[in-house]
Amino acid sequence: MTCDESLKTQAYLDGELDAAQSLEVEAHLEQCAECQALAADHADLKEAMAGASYHRAPAALRARIGAALDAEAKAQTNVVPLKAPRRSGFWLGAGSGAGGMAIAAALAFLLFMPANNVLVADLADAHVRSLMGEHLIDVASSDHHTVKPWFAGHSDISPPTEDFKADGFTLVGGRADYVHGTRAAVVVYRHGAHIINLFAWADRNARLPGTSSRAGYRMVFWKQKDLDLAAVSDVDPAELDRFVALVKKSQSRE
Amino acid sequence: MNEKRRRFEALAMPHLDAAYNLARWLTRGGAEADDIVQEAMLRAYRSFDGFRGEAVRPWLLAIVRNCHRSALEQKKRHAAAPLDDRDDTEIAADDPTPEASAIRHGDGRELNKALCALPEEFREVVVLRELEEMSYRDIAAVTGTPIGTVMSRLARGRALLKAELTGGSHDV
Repeated sequence: MTCDESLKTQAYLDGELDAAQSLEVEAHLEQCAECQALAADHADLKEAMAGASYHRAPAALRARIGAALDAEAKAQTNVVPLKAPRRSGFWLGAGSGAGGMAIAAALAFLLFMPANNVLVADLADAHVRSLMGEHLIDVASSDHHTVKPWFAGHSDISPPTEDFKADGFTLVGGRADYVHGTRAAVVVYRHGAHIINLFAWADRNARLPGTSSRAGYRMVFWKQKDLDLAAVSDVDPAELDRFVALVKKSQSRE
Repeated sequence: MNEKRRRFEALAMPHLDAAYNLARWLTRGGAEADDIVQEAMLRAYRSFDGFRGEAVRPWLLAIVRNCHRSALEQKKRHAAAPLDDRDDTEIAADDPTPEASAIRHGDGRELNKALCALPEEFREVVVLRELEEMSYRDIAAVTGTPIGTVMSRLARGRALLKAELTGGSHDV
């Protein structure tokens, strides 16, 4: 009775599939009434869920927890080894050297540059939003000559838009977004199953972190010409670095 | 504030709302959510030195879920105490004046009631997906289940919720 593809269709509706899988599901959806009904229900539920209560922590609880943590911090200053709770083992193995370093790098500026904390959170949010299919692409094109003028007309920023298909990074389009209180041009690339969002916004002489990570996404920041840039993705760190190097090279040629 | 406390403040505390929201939904709006969240934040702080992952939110929410589980077990052992202490009428199901509350809560009340009626294993995945907008991978990490299980529970949970919202009678 239930279509064998229904879980895959659900994953598509939840924005969990890559471009190739999405195409498969879209083709399936055209001819499967059951999955069409599923899609309609999915949309209805999403709308209904907007009415669900989101319980934010009351200020009193927040204060109480802050005080409890302060007390704990004070008590622990002289104690070195800490016994982890039962289930922490699962997480200990989860991050290796690279993750640790990324966290350390993230911390270095989280602690001293709170403004960048907001920037990083904003970028992570914008990246996640784009992956959830809400707003990935305004102009879908792998043609540099289509994407570039689109930005000219839709943002006051002229980001690098070269296609690096030969190097495995395919230009798939661009969109206008809003990050950290300013308009940003976002160039979207695909690398295998991964999406890379390249954010560009006008340089306001703010200091940028070098790299950061948030919610499992890595970010590389740099400044070039009159722009601040950030590449955000869950792609392998070495690949993201390679991508950034390609963009920098192309930009310096312009 | 020492270094660790500052680190915790910067990385974990931003997820306090998410922790509280999950606790409220797990307890169906119970007042014990406060204690669960406080216990979870302390536990998280104590194990923070060992935390090397990048995604703080699923790690923290997994701890909240474990604290909820421990609290439930403890309650079962002291079965004399009333199990379902719904003094929080905000999402309680048995409001005597439906007209008044429909005005107060709008459509949200129906939905909150339906969500509360879901068995916990379905309620938690629906809340994590729909309210926290978490990925399947992160939900799997929070609930300690394979992604396939997350997907099937999500499908079942959504179907139950729909039945709850449209039918009135349902097949829970």
